[in-house]
Amino acid sequence: MRGNTIKGLLFASPWLIGFFGLTLYPILLSGYYGFTKFNVFQPPEFIGLDNYIALFHDDLFWKSLRNTCYNTLIGTPVNLVFAIFIATLLNMKVRGMKIYRTVFYMPTIVPLAASTLLWIWILNGQYGLMNMLLTKLGLYAPSWLGDPAYTKPSLIMIGVWAVGNVIVIFLASLQDVPASLYESAEIDGANFMKKFIHITLPSISPIILFQLILQVINGFQYFTQAYFIIGSSGGLNNNLIGGTENSLLFYAIYLYHNAFLYLKMGKASAMAWMMFVIIGFVTWVIFRLSKKWVTYGGE
Amino acid sequence: MSTNQARPKTFRKKIIPHTILILLGLVFSIPFMWLIATSLKSLNEISNSTLTLLPRHYHWDNYIRVFERIPYVRFSLNTLYVTVMSVIGQIISSTLVAYSLTKIDWQGKKLIFPIVIATMLIPYQVTLIPLYIIFQKLHLVGTYWPLIIPAFTGAPFYIFLLRQFFMTLPDSLVQAARIDGARELHIFARIVLPLCKPAIASVAIFTFISTWSDFLGPLIYLNDNKMYTLTLGLQAFMAEHYVEWDLLMAASVLFTLPIIVMFFFAQKYFIEGIALTGIKG
Repeated sequence: MRGNTIKGLLFASPWLIGFFGLTLYPILLSGYYGFTKFNVFQPPEFIGLDNYIALFHDDLFWKSLRNTCYNTLIGTPVNLVFAIFIATLLNMKVRGMKIYRTVFYMPTIVPLAASTLLWIWILNGQYGLMNMLLTKLGLYAPSWLGDPAYTKPSLIMIGVWAVGNVIVIFLASLQDVPASLYESAEIDGANFMKKFIHITLPSISPIILFQLILQVINGFQYFTQAYFIIGSSGGLNNNLIGGTENSLLFYAIYLYHNAFLYLKMGKASAMAWMMFVIIGFVTWVIFRLSKKWVTYGGE
Repeated sequence: MSTNQARPKTFRKKIIPHTILILLGLVFSIPFMWLIATSLKSLNEISNSTLTLLPRHYHWDNYIRVFERIPYVRFSLNTLYVTVMSVIGQIISSTLVAYSLTKIDWQGKKLIFPIVIATMLIPYQVTLIPLYIIFQKLHLVGTYWPLIIPAFTGAPFYIFLLRQFFMTLPDSLVQAARIDGARELHIFARIVLPLCKPAIASVAIFTFISTWSDFLGPLIYLNDNKMYTLTLGLQAFMAEHYVEWDLLMAASVLFTLPIIVMFFFAQKYFIEGIALTGIKG
Protein backbone atom coordinates (compact mmCIF):
# COMPACT_ATOMS: atom_id res chain seq x y z
CA MET A 1 0.00 0.00 0.00
CA ARG A 2 2.76 2.44 0.92
CA GLY A 3 4.57 1.49 -2.22
CA ASN A 4 1.49 2.45 -4.18
CA THR A 5 1.30 5.84 -2.49
CA ILE A 6 4.90 6.57 -3.39
CA LYS A 7 4.29 5.42 -6.96
CA GLY A 8 1.12 7.49 -7.19
CA LEU A 9 2.91 10.58 -5.91
CA LEU A 10 5.83 10.09 -8.26
CA PHE A 11 3.61 9.74 -11.32
CA ALA A 12 1.53 12.72 -10.24
CA SER A 13 4.61 14.79 -9.40
CA PRO A 14 4.60 16.97 -12.56
CA TRP A 15 1.12 18.13 -11.67
CA LEU A 16 1.94 18.46 -7.96
CA ILE A 17 4.94 20.67 -8.70
CA GLY A 18 2.86 22.74 -11.13
CA PHE A 19 -0.05 23.03 -8.73
CA PHE A 20 1.99 24.20 -5.77
CA GLY A 21 4.63 26.19 -7.66
CA LEU A 22 2.74 27.66 -10.61
CA THR A 23 -0.85 27.81 -9.32
CA LEU A 24 -1.38 27.79 -5.55
CA TYR A 25 1.66 29.85 -4.53
CA PRO A 26 1.06 32.46 -7.26
CA ILE A 27 -2.62 32.73 -6.30
CA LEU A 28 -1.70 33.44 -2.69
CA LEU A 29 1.03 35.80 -3.81
CA SER A 30 -1.35 37.78 -6.00
CA GLY A 31 -3.75 37.94 -3.07
CA TYR A 32 -0.96 39.54 -1.06
CA TYR A 33 0.08 41.88 -3.91
CA GLY A 34 -3.50 43.11 -3.99
CA PHE A 35 -2.89 44.76 -0.62
CA THR A 36 0.37 46.38 -1.68
CA LYS A 37 1.77 49.14 -3.79
CA PHE A 38 4.09 47.35 -6.16
CA ASN A 39 5.83 48.58 -9.31
CA VAL A 40 8.23 45.64 -9.84
CA PHE A 41 11.36 47.72 -9.25
CA GLN A 42 10.83 48.27 -5.54
CA PRO A 43 9.65 45.60 -3.12
CA PRO A 44 5.89 45.56 -2.47
CA GLU A 45 4.72 48.02 0.18
CA PHE A 46 1.67 47.10 2.28
CA ILE A 47 -1.19 49.60 1.90
CA GLY A 48 -4.19 47.64 3.17
CA LEU A 49 -7.39 48.03 1.20
CA ASP A 50 -6.25 51.10 -0.76
CA ASN A 51 -6.18 49.29 -4.11
CA TYR A 52 -9.73 48.05 -3.66
CA ILE A 53 -10.93 51.47 -2.57
CA ALA A 54 -9.19 53.07 -5.53
CA LEU A 55 -10.83 50.59 -7.89
CA PHE A 56 -14.20 51.38 -6.40
CA HIS A 57 -13.70 55.03 -7.38
CA ASP A 58 -12.17 54.26 -10.74
CA ASP A 59 -14.58 54.97 -13.62
CA LEU A 60 -12.52 52.93 -16.06
CA PHE A 61 -12.72 49.91 -13.78
CA TRP A 62 -16.53 50.07 -13.77
CA LYS A 63 -16.53 50.68 -17.49
CA SER A 64 -14.40 47.59 -18.06
CA LEU A 65 -16.64 45.53 -15.80
CA ARG A 66 -19.77 46.73 -17.60
CA ASN A 67 -18.27 46.03 -21.02
CA THR A 68 -17.26 42.54 -19.92
CA CYS A 69 -20.67 41.77 -18.44
CA TYR A 70 -22.37 43.03 -21.60
CA ASN A 71 -20.28 40.81 -23.83
CA THR A 72 -20.64 37.77 -21.58
CA LEU A 73 -24.36 38.15 -20.91
CA ILE A 74 -25.22 38.56 -24.58
CA GLY A 75 -22.45 36.53 -26.17
CA THR A 76 -22.96 33.39 -24.05
CA PRO A 77 -26.63 32.72 -24.88
CA VAL A 78 -26.09 33.69 -28.52
CA ASN A 79 -23.20 31.22 -28.81
CA LEU A 80 -24.99 28.39 -27.01
CA VAL A 81 -28.28 28.73 -28.87
CA PHE A 82 -26.51 28.94 -32.20
CA ALA A 83 -24.30 25.93 -31.42
CA ILE A 84 -27.26 23.80 -30.33
CA PHE A 85 -29.20 24.89 -33.42
CA ILE A 86 -26.43 23.88 -35.83
CA ALA A 87 -25.68 20.66 -33.93
CA THR A 88 -29.36 19.70 -34.08
CA LEU A 89 -29.42 20.27 -37.83
CA LEU A 90 -26.25 18.23 -38.26
CA ASN A 91 -27.71 15.46 -36.16
CA MET A 92 -30.68 15.03 -38.53
CA LYS A 93 -28.63 12.46 -40.45
CA VAL A 94 -28.17 14.85 -43.33
CA ARG A 95 -25.80 13.79 -46.05
CA GLY A 96 -22.39 15.39 -46.03
CA MET A 97 -22.51 15.83 -42.25
CA LYS A 98 -18.72 15.58 -42.10
CA ILE A 99 -18.27 18.34 -44.66
CA TYR A 100 -20.61 20.67 -42.82
CA ARG A 101 -18.94 19.83 -39.53
CA THR A 102 -15.57 20.73 -41.03
CA VAL A 103 -16.92 24.02 -42.36
CA PHE A 104 -18.25 25.06 -38.97
CA TYR A 105 -15.25 23.75 -37.05
CA MET A 106 -12.53 25.35 -39.20
CA PRO A 107 -12.85 28.90 -37.81
CA THR A 108 -12.06 27.64 -34.28
CA ILE A 109 -8.63 26.37 -35.21
CA VAL A 110 -7.53 29.60 -36.88
CA PRO A 111 -5.25 31.38 -34.41
CA LEU A 112 -7.03 34.31 -32.78
CA ALA A 113 -4.31 36.66 -33.98
CA ALA A 114 -5.01 35.75 -37.60
CA SER A 115 -8.79 35.53 -37.37
CA THR A 116 -9.05 38.84 -35.54
CA LEU A 117 -6.89 40.56 -38.16
CA LEU A 118 -9.10 39.05 -40.84
CA TRP A 119 -12.23 40.37 -39.15
CA ILE A 120 -10.71 43.81 -38.66
CA TRP A 121 -10.21 43.81 -42.40
CA ILE A 122 -13.69 42.46 -43.20
CA LEU A 123 -15.29 45.06 -40.92
CA ASN A 124 -13.10 47.89 -42.20
CA GLY A 125 -15.46 50.85 -42.64
CA GLN A 126 -14.19 51.90 -46.03
CA TYR A 127 -12.88 48.87 -47.93
CA GLY A 128 -14.18 45.99 -45.85
CA LEU A 129 -16.24 43.22 -47.39
CA MET A 130 -19.13 43.68 -44.95
CA ASN A 131 -19.77 47.31 -45.77
CA MET A 132 -19.26 46.82 -49.48
CA LEU A 133 -21.98 44.17 -49.43
CA LEU A 134 -24.27 46.28 -47.24
CA THR A 135 -23.83 49.30 -49.50
CA LYS A 136 -24.60 47.17 -52.55
CA LEU A 137 -27.81 46.03 -50.90
CA GLY A 138 -28.63 49.64 -50.11
CA LEU A 139 -28.38 49.08 -46.37
CA TYR A 140 -26.77 51.22 -43.69
CA ALA A 141 -23.06 50.53 -43.41
CA PRO A 142 -21.86 51.39 -39.90
CA SER A 143 -18.30 51.88 -38.79
CA TRP A 144 -18.24 48.49 -37.08
CA LEU A 145 -15.09 48.79 -35.04
CA GLY A 146 -15.11 52.56 -34.71
CA ASP A 147 -18.65 53.34 -33.58
CA PRO A 148 -19.09 52.47 -29.88
CA ALA A 149 -22.64 51.31 -30.57
CA TYR A 150 -21.33 48.64 -32.93
CA THR A 151 -18.01 47.53 -31.45
CA LYS A 152 -19.39 45.00 -28.98
CA PRO A 153 -22.00 43.55 -31.34
CA SER A 154 -19.13 43.10 -33.82
CA LEU A 155 -17.22 41.08 -31.25
CA ILE A 156 -20.25 38.93 -30.54
CA MET A 157 -20.58 38.26 -34.26
CA ILE A 158 -16.91 37.27 -34.47
CA GLY A 159 -17.49 35.01 -31.47
CA VAL A 160 -20.35 33.17 -33.16
CA TRP A 161 -18.15 32.53 -36.16
CA ALA A 162 -15.69 30.70 -33.91
CA VAL A 163 -18.15 28.57 -31.96
CA GLY A 164 -17.30 25.38 -33.89
CA ASN A 165 -15.84 23.35 -31.03
CA VAL A 166 -19.00 23.88 -29.01
CA ILE A 167 -20.98 22.64 -32.02
CA VAL A 168 -18.82 19.51 -32.19
CA ILE A 169 -19.34 18.84 -28.47
CA PHE A 170 -23.11 19.27 -28.74
CA LEU A 171 -23.22 17.11 -31.86
CA ALA A 172 -21.35 14.31 -30.07
CA SER A 173 -23.73 14.53 -27.10
CA LEU A 174 -26.79 14.56 -29.37
CA GLN A 175 -25.54 11.38 -31.00
CA ASP A 176 -25.40 9.84 -27.54
CA VAL A 177 -29.11 10.35 -26.85
CA PRO A 178 -30.65 6.86 -27.03
CA ALA A 179 -32.80 6.43 -30.15
CA SER A 180 -35.31 4.41 -28.11
CA LEU A 181 -36.39 7.59 -26.31
CA TYR A 182 -37.35 9.24 -29.59
CA GLU A 183 -39.07 6.12 -30.88
CA SER A 184 -41.36 5.78 -27.91
CA ALA A 185 -42.17 9.49 -28.10
CA GLU A 186 -43.06 9.09 -31.77
CA ILE A 187 -45.46 6.33 -30.88
CA ASP A 188 -47.10 8.80 -28.51
CA GLY A 189 -47.39 11.16 -31.46
CA ALA A 190 -44.86 13.80 -30.34
CA ASN A 191 -43.82 16.27 -33.04
CA PHE A 192 -40.33 17.65 -33.64
CA MET A 193 -40.57 20.56 -31.19
CA LYS A 194 -42.03 18.39 -28.44
CA LYS A 195 -39.28 15.82 -28.86
CA PHE A 196 -36.68 18.58 -28.82
CA ILE A 197 -37.98 20.16 -25.62
CA HIS A 198 -38.84 17.01 -23.69
CA ILE A 199 -36.11 14.61 -24.80
CA THR A 200 -33.21 16.36 -26.51
CA LEU A 201 -32.71 19.32 -24.19
CA PRO A 202 -32.94 17.36 -20.91
CA SER A 203 -30.60 14.68 -22.30
CA ILE A 204 -27.89 17.16 -23.17
CA SER A 205 -28.51 19.46 -20.19
CA PRO A 206 -25.29 18.45 -18.33
CA ILE A 207 -23.30 19.39 -21.43
CA ILE A 208 -25.16 22.69 -21.69
CA LEU A 209 -24.28 23.42 -18.06
CA PHE A 210 -20.60 22.61 -18.63
CA GLN A 211 -20.45 24.76 -21.76
CA LEU A 212 -22.35 27.58 -20.08
CA ILE A 213 -19.76 27.73 -17.29
CA LEU A 214 -16.86 27.61 -19.75
CA GLN A 215 -18.41 30.39 -21.84
CA VAL A 216 -18.87 32.62 -18.80
CA ILE A 217 -15.29 32.02 -17.64
CA ASN A 218 -13.91 32.68 -21.10
CA GLY A 219 -16.12 35.74 -21.38
CA PHE A 220 -14.49 37.26 -18.32
CA GLN A 221 -11.02 36.55 -19.70
CA TYR A 222 -11.73 38.05 -23.12
CA PHE A 223 -8.49 39.63 -24.26
CA THR A 224 -6.73 38.92 -27.55
CA GLN A 225 -9.46 39.98 -29.97
CA ALA A 226 -10.06 43.26 -28.18
CA TYR A 227 -6.31 43.91 -27.84
CA PHE A 228 -5.81 43.56 -31.59
CA ILE A 229 -8.80 45.74 -32.46
CA ILE A 230 -7.72 48.47 -30.05
CA GLY A 231 -4.22 48.25 -31.51
CA SER A 232 -5.57 48.51 -35.05
CA SER A 233 -7.11 51.89 -34.31
CA GLY A 234 -3.75 53.14 -33.06
CA GLY A 235 -5.21 52.97 -29.57
CA LEU A 236 -2.10 52.63 -27.50
CA ASN A 237 -0.47 55.70 -29.00
CA ASN A 238 -3.53 57.90 -28.62
CA ASN A 239 -3.92 57.32 -24.93
CA LEU A 240 -7.15 55.55 -25.78
CA ILE A 241 -6.52 52.26 -24.10
CA GLY A 242 -9.94 50.84 -24.82
CA GLY A 243 -10.89 51.70 -28.39
CA THR A 244 -13.47 54.35 -29.28
CA GLU A 245 -14.94 55.81 -26.10
CA ASN A 246 -13.36 52.87 -24.29
CA SER A 247 -16.11 50.65 -25.66
CA LEU A 248 -13.59 47.81 -25.98
CA LEU A 249 -12.03 48.28 -22.57
CA PHE A 250 -12.64 44.80 -21.18
CA TYR A 251 -11.72 43.66 -17.71
CA ALA A 252 -8.71 41.62 -18.86
CA ILE A 253 -7.52 44.49 -21.06
CA TYR A 254 -7.66 47.01 -18.24
CA LEU A 255 -5.94 44.54 -15.92
CA TYR A 256 -3.17 44.02 -18.47
CA HIS A 257 -2.69 47.77 -18.93
CA ASN A 258 -2.49 48.34 -15.19
CA ALA A 259 0.05 45.56 -14.77
CA PHE A 260 2.31 45.85 -17.77
CA LEU A 261 1.79 49.39 -19.07
CA TYR A 262 1.46 51.41 -15.85
CA LEU A 263 3.31 48.82 -13.73
CA LYS A 264 0.63 49.03 -11.05
CA MET A 265 1.04 45.39 -10.11
CA GLY A 266 -0.81 45.83 -6.82
CA LYS A 267 -3.90 47.34 -8.39
CA ALA A 268 -3.84 44.75 -11.18
CA SER A 269 -3.56 41.94 -8.62
CA ALA A 270 -6.54 43.33 -6.75
CA MET A 271 -8.43 43.28 -10.06
CA ALA A 272 -7.35 39.70 -10.70
CA TRP A 273 -8.59 38.59 -7.31
CA MET A 274 -11.90 40.36 -7.77
CA MET A 275 -12.27 38.59 -11.10
CA PHE A 276 -11.50 35.30 -9.38
CA VAL A 277 -14.16 35.95 -6.77
CA ILE A 278 -16.73 37.07 -9.36
CA ILE A 279 -16.13 33.98 -11.52
CA GLY A 280 -16.31 31.73 -8.48
CA PHE A 281 -19.55 33.34 -7.38
CA VAL A 282 -21.16 33.22 -10.82
CA THR A 283 -20.15 29.56 -11.23
CA TRP A 284 -21.65 28.78 -7.83
CA VAL A 285 -24.91 30.53 -8.75
CA ILE A 286 -25.09 28.69 -12.07
CA PHE A 287 -24.52 25.39 -10.27
CA ARG A 288 -27.19 26.15 -7.68
CA LEU A 289 -29.72 27.12 -10.33
CA SER A 290 -28.73 24.16 -12.49
CA LYS A 291 -30.42 21.72 -10.12
CA LYS A 292 -33.70 23.00 -11.49
CA TRP A 293 -32.96 22.26 -15.14
CA VAL A 294 -30.13 19.77 -15.41
CA THR A 295 -30.96 16.07 -15.39
CA TYR A 296 -28.23 13.50 -14.85
CA GLY A 297 -28.31 10.00 -16.26
CA GLY A 298 -31.99 10.28 -17.11
CA GLU A 299 -32.79 7.11 -19.00
CA MET B 1 -46.89 2.50 -53.31
CA SER B 2 -45.94 3.09 -49.72
CA THR B 3 -42.27 3.64 -50.60
CA ASN B 4 -43.29 6.18 -53.22
CA GLN B 5 -45.14 8.13 -50.59
CA ALA B 6 -42.37 7.85 -48.08
CA ARG B 7 -39.65 9.21 -50.30
CA PRO B 8 -40.96 12.74 -50.98
CA LYS B 9 -41.73 13.01 -47.29
CA THR B 10 -38.19 12.25 -46.14
CA PHE B 11 -36.87 14.39 -48.95
CA ARG B 12 -38.98 17.31 -47.77
CA LYS B 13 -37.89 16.66 -44.23
CA LYS B 14 -34.22 16.91 -45.19
CA ILE B 15 -34.46 19.83 -47.59
CA ILE B 16 -34.99 22.40 -44.83
CA PRO B 17 -31.91 21.44 -42.77
CA HIS B 18 -29.87 21.19 -45.97
CA THR B 19 -30.89 24.66 -47.12
CA ILE B 20 -30.09 26.23 -43.76
CA LEU B 21 -26.78 24.37 -43.47
CA ILE B 22 -25.67 25.31 -46.98
CA LEU B 23 -26.54 28.96 -46.47
CA LEU B 24 -24.89 29.21 -43.05
CA GLY B 25 -21.95 27.14 -44.27
CA LEU B 26 -21.41 29.66 -47.04
CA VAL B 27 -21.59 32.56 -44.61
CA PHE B 28 -19.03 30.79 -42.43
CA SER B 29 -16.70 30.15 -45.36
CA ILE B 30 -16.81 33.65 -46.84
CA PRO B 31 -14.25 35.07 -44.39
CA PHE B 32 -11.76 32.39 -45.49
CA MET B 33 -12.36 33.15 -49.16
CA TRP B 34 -11.97 36.85 -48.46
CA LEU B 35 -8.72 36.16 -46.58
CA ILE B 36 -7.21 34.23 -49.48
CA ALA B 37 -8.57 36.62 -52.11
CA THR B 38 -7.15 39.66 -50.30
CA SER B 39 -3.79 37.97 -49.90
CA LEU B 40 -3.55 37.72 -53.70
CA LYS B 41 -4.73 41.20 -54.60
CA SER B 42 -2.64 44.26 -55.25
CA LEU B 43 -2.90 47.08 -52.73
CA ASN B 44 -4.30 49.15 -55.57
CA GLU B 45 -7.19 46.78 -56.10
CA ILE B 46 -7.81 46.55 -52.36
CA SER B 47 -8.18 50.29 -51.96
CA ASN B 48 -10.44 50.52 -54.97
CA SER B 49 -14.01 50.98 -53.88
CA THR B 50 -15.47 48.54 -56.40
CA LEU B 51 -16.01 45.18 -54.80
CA THR B 52 -14.12 42.29 -56.39
CA LEU B 53 -14.46 38.89 -54.81
CA LEU B 54 -11.75 37.26 -56.90
CA PRO B 55 -8.54 39.15 -57.60
CA ARG B 56 -8.37 40.71 -61.04
CA HIS B 57 -4.67 39.92 -61.21
CA TYR B 58 -3.16 37.28 -58.99
CA HIS B 59 -0.26 38.70 -57.01
CA TRP B 60 1.55 35.63 -55.79
CA ASP B 61 4.51 37.89 -55.10
CA ASN B 62 2.64 39.16 -52.01
CA TYR B 63 3.72 35.96 -50.32
CA ILE B 64 7.35 36.54 -51.24
CA ARG B 65 7.18 40.11 -50.02
CA VAL B 66 6.04 38.92 -46.59
CA PHE B 67 9.43 37.26 -46.19
CA GLU B 68 11.19 40.45 -47.18
CA ARG B 69 9.09 42.58 -44.88
CA ILE B 70 9.34 40.67 -41.63
CA PRO B 71 11.83 37.96 -40.63
CA TYR B 72 9.14 35.36 -41.25
CA VAL B 73 11.46 32.35 -41.27
CA ARG B 74 13.05 33.38 -38.02
CA PHE B 75 9.66 34.00 -36.34
CA SER B 76 8.44 30.61 -37.61
CA LEU B 77 11.46 28.81 -36.18
CA ASN B 78 11.01 30.61 -32.86
CA THR B 79 7.35 29.65 -32.75
CA LEU B 80 8.13 26.09 -33.78
CA TYR B 81 10.72 25.75 -31.03
CA VAL B 82 8.32 26.87 -28.29
CA THR B 83 5.54 24.75 -29.76
CA VAL B 84 7.52 21.52 -30.08
CA MET B 85 8.96 21.87 -26.59
CA SER B 86 5.48 22.47 -25.18
CA VAL B 87 4.02 19.47 -27.00
CA ILE B 88 6.79 17.21 -25.67
CA GLY B 89 6.34 18.57 -22.15
CA GLN B 90 2.59 18.28 -22.22
CA ILE B 91 2.61 14.68 -23.47
CA ILE B 92 5.14 13.50 -20.88
CA SER B 93 3.56 15.26 -17.92
CA SER B 94 -0.15 14.75 -18.70
CA THR B 95 0.19 11.04 -19.42
CA LEU B 96 2.15 10.45 -16.20
CA VAL B 97 -0.45 12.26 -14.12
CA ALA B 98 -3.38 10.60 -15.87
CA TYR B 99 -1.74 7.22 -15.22
CA SER B 100 -1.41 8.05 -11.54
CA LEU B 101 -5.10 9.01 -11.43
CA THR B 102 -6.35 5.84 -13.09
CA LYS B 103 -4.02 2.86 -12.96
CA ILE B 104 -2.33 3.20 -9.59
CA ASP B 105 -4.35 2.22 -6.56
CA TRP B 106 -3.66 4.95 -4.01
CA GLN B 107 -5.71 7.23 -1.81
CA GLY B 108 -4.36 10.54 -3.09
CA LYS B 109 -5.99 10.30 -6.49
CA LYS B 110 -9.43 10.83 -4.99
CA LEU B 111 -8.15 14.11 -3.61
CA ILE B 112 -6.18 15.20 -6.64
CA PHE B 113 -8.77 14.66 -9.35
CA PRO B 114 -11.35 17.19 -8.06
CA ILE B 115 -8.54 19.73 -7.63
CA VAL B 116 -7.43 19.16 -11.21
CA ILE B 117 -10.98 19.88 -12.36
CA ALA B 118 -11.31 22.89 -10.06
CA THR B 119 -8.13 24.46 -11.42
CA MET B 120 -9.79 24.56 -14.84
CA LEU B 121 -12.02 27.28 -13.42
CA ILE B 122 -9.17 29.51 -12.28
CA PRO B 123 -8.76 32.54 -14.53
CA TYR B 124 -5.18 32.84 -15.76
CA GLN B 125 -5.12 36.50 -14.68
CA VAL B 126 -4.86 35.45 -11.04
CA THR B 127 -1.49 33.81 -11.59
CA LEU B 128 -0.32 36.10 -14.39
CA ILE B 129 1.43 38.76 -12.30
CA PRO B 130 3.03 36.52 -9.64
CA LEU B 131 4.31 34.18 -12.35
CA TYR B 132 5.84 37.14 -14.12
CA ILE B 133 7.53 38.22 -10.90
CA ILE B 134 8.74 34.68 -10.20
CA PHE B 135 10.19 34.26 -13.68
CA GLN B 136 11.75 37.69 -13.40
CA LYS B 137 13.47 36.75 -10.16
CA LEU B 138 14.77 33.63 -11.88
CA HIS B 139 16.08 35.89 -14.68
CA LEU B 140 13.97 34.02 -17.22
CA VAL B 141 11.95 36.96 -18.58
CA GLY B 142 13.11 37.46 -22.15
CA THR B 143 13.73 33.75 -22.65
CA TYR B 144 11.41 31.03 -23.92
CA TRP B 145 11.39 29.18 -20.59
CA PRO B 146 8.31 30.90 -19.09
CA LEU B 147 6.39 29.71 -22.15
CA ILE B 148 7.72 26.16 -22.00
CA ILE B 149 8.06 25.26 -18.31
CA PRO B 150 4.30 25.29 -17.52
CA ALA B 151 3.74 22.66 -20.23
CA PHE B 152 5.95 20.25 -18.30
CA THR B 153 3.59 20.36 -15.31
CA GLY B 154 0.52 19.12 -17.21
CA ALA B 155 -2.55 21.16 -18.06
CA PRO B 156 -5.78 20.15 -16.28
CA PHE B 157 -7.74 19.90 -19.52
CA TYR B 158 -5.34 17.36 -21.04
CA ILE B 159 -4.99 15.40 -17.81
CA PHE B 160 -8.78 15.17 -17.77
CA LEU B 161 -8.92 14.09 -21.42
CA LEU B 162 -6.31 11.38 -20.93
CA ARG B 163 -7.90 10.20 -17.71
CA GLN B 164 -11.17 9.66 -19.55
CA PHE B 165 -9.31 7.60 -22.11
CA PHE B 166 -7.19 5.64 -19.60
CA MET B 167 -10.33 4.61 -17.75
CA THR B 168 -11.52 2.72 -20.82
CA LEU B 169 -8.44 0.46 -20.66
CA PRO B 170 -8.98 -2.68 -18.58
CA ASP B 171 -7.10 -2.75 -15.26
CA SER B 172 -6.36 -6.45 -15.77
CA LEU B 173 -3.82 -5.42 -18.39
CA VAL B 174 -1.77 -3.54 -15.82
CA GLN B 175 -2.29 -6.08 -13.06
CA ALA B 176 -1.13 -8.97 -15.22
CA ALA B 177 2.07 -7.11 -15.99
CA ARG B 178 2.59 -6.32 -12.29
CA ILE B 179 2.24 -9.99 -11.41
CA ASP B 180 4.89 -10.74 -14.01
CA GLY B 181 7.11 -8.40 -12.03
CA ALA B 182 7.22 -5.55 -14.52
CA ARG B 183 8.27 -2.17 -13.17
CA GLU B 184 5.61 0.54 -13.09
CA LEU B 185 7.43 2.85 -15.50
CA HIS B 186 7.83 -0.06 -17.87
CA ILE B 187 4.11 -0.87 -17.72
CA PHE B 188 3.32 2.79 -18.30
CA ALA B 189 5.66 3.26 -21.24
CA ARG B 190 5.46 -0.14 -22.92
CA ILE B 191 1.90 -1.31 -22.28
CA VAL B 192 -0.39 1.64 -21.55
CA LEU B 193 1.07 4.39 -23.73
CA PRO B 194 1.03 2.41 -26.99
CA LEU B 195 -2.69 1.79 -26.47
CA CYS B 196 -3.32 5.49 -25.96
CA LYS B 197 -1.97 6.81 -29.21
CA PRO B 198 -5.29 8.35 -30.31
CA ALA B 199 -5.73 10.28 -27.05
CA ILE B 200 -2.07 11.34 -27.04
CA ALA B 201 -2.48 12.53 -30.62
CA SER B 202 -5.41 14.68 -29.54
CA VAL B 203 -3.37 16.19 -26.71
CA ALA B 204 -0.44 16.82 -29.05
CA ILE B 205 -2.66 18.53 -31.61
CA PHE B 206 -4.50 20.72 -29.10
CA THR B 207 -1.23 21.72 -27.44
CA PHE B 208 0.34 22.46 -30.81
CA ILE B 209 -2.51 24.75 -31.81
CA SER B 210 -2.80 26.58 -28.52
CA THR B 211 0.95 27.20 -28.28
CA TRP B 212 1.30 28.12 -31.96
CA SER B 213 -1.54 30.62 -31.54
CA ASP B 214 -0.64 31.94 -28.09
CA PHE B 215 -0.45 35.70 -27.96
CA LEU B 216 -0.47 36.82 -24.32
CA GLY B 217 2.44 34.62 -23.22
CA PRO B 218 4.90 35.88 -25.84
CA LEU B 219 3.53 39.42 -25.41
CA ILE B 220 4.47 39.44 -21.75
CA TYR B 221 7.67 37.41 -21.72
CA LEU B 222 9.45 38.18 -24.99
CA ASN B 223 10.93 41.62 -25.45
CA ASP B 224 13.66 41.09 -28.05
CA ASN B 225 12.50 41.43 -31.69
CA LYS B 226 14.72 38.57 -32.73
CA MET B 227 12.91 36.21 -30.38
CA TYR B 228 9.38 37.14 -31.44
CA THR B 229 6.90 34.44 -32.26
CA LEU B 230 4.56 34.74 -35.25
CA THR B 231 1.64 36.20 -33.31
CA LEU B 232 3.84 39.07 -32.11
CA GLY B 233 5.25 39.47 -35.62
CA LEU B 234 1.76 39.80 -37.07
CA GLN B 235 0.84 42.36 -34.46
CA ALA B 236 3.94 44.43 -35.15
CA PHE B 237 3.01 44.35 -38.82
CA MET B 238 -0.23 46.10 -38.05
CA ALA B 239 0.82 48.49 -35.35
CA GLU B 240 2.25 50.86 -37.94
CA HIS B 241 -0.11 53.56 -39.01
CA TYR B 242 -0.41 52.47 -42.62
CA VAL B 243 -1.63 48.90 -42.91
CA GLU B 244 -0.66 46.84 -45.93
CA TRP B 245 -3.64 44.55 -45.95
CA ASP B 246 -2.41 42.45 -48.86
CA LEU B 247 0.77 41.48 -47.01
CA LEU B 248 -0.94 41.16 -43.68
CA MET B 249 -3.49 38.74 -45.12
CA ALA B 250 -0.76 36.79 -46.93
CA ALA B 251 1.14 36.54 -43.64
CA SER B 252 -2.02 35.39 -41.88
CA VAL B 253 -2.53 32.66 -44.46
CA LEU B 254 1.05 31.46 -44.03
CA PHE B 255 0.65 31.54 -40.26
CA THR B 256 -2.59 29.53 -40.32
CA LEU B 257 -1.53 27.05 -43.01
CA PRO B 258 0.32 24.56 -40.76
CA ILE B 259 -2.76 24.22 -38.59
CA ILE B 260 -5.14 23.77 -41.51
CA VAL B 261 -2.85 21.13 -43.03
CA MET B 262 -2.66 19.38 -39.68
CA PHE B 263 -6.41 19.49 -39.36
CA PHE B 264 -6.98 17.77 -42.70
CA PHE B 265 -4.53 14.99 -41.90
CA ALA B 266 -5.71 14.40 -38.35
CA GLN B 267 -9.34 15.46 -38.33
CA LYS B 268 -10.32 12.28 -36.51
CA TYR B 269 -8.23 13.18 -33.46
CA PHE B 270 -9.67 16.66 -33.23
CA ILE B 271 -13.23 15.42 -33.18
CA GLU B 272 -12.55 12.44 -30.92
CA GLY B 273 -10.53 14.52 -28.49
CA ILE B 274 -13.25 17.11 -28.17
CA ALA B 275 -15.96 14.51 -27.82
CA LEU B 276 -13.94 12.71 -25.13
CA THR B 277 -13.84 15.76 -22.89
CA GLY B 278 -17.20 17.13 -23.86
CA ILE B 279 -19.48 14.20 -23.28
CA LYS B 280 -18.43 12.94 -19.90
CA GLY B 281 -18.03 16.46 -18.61
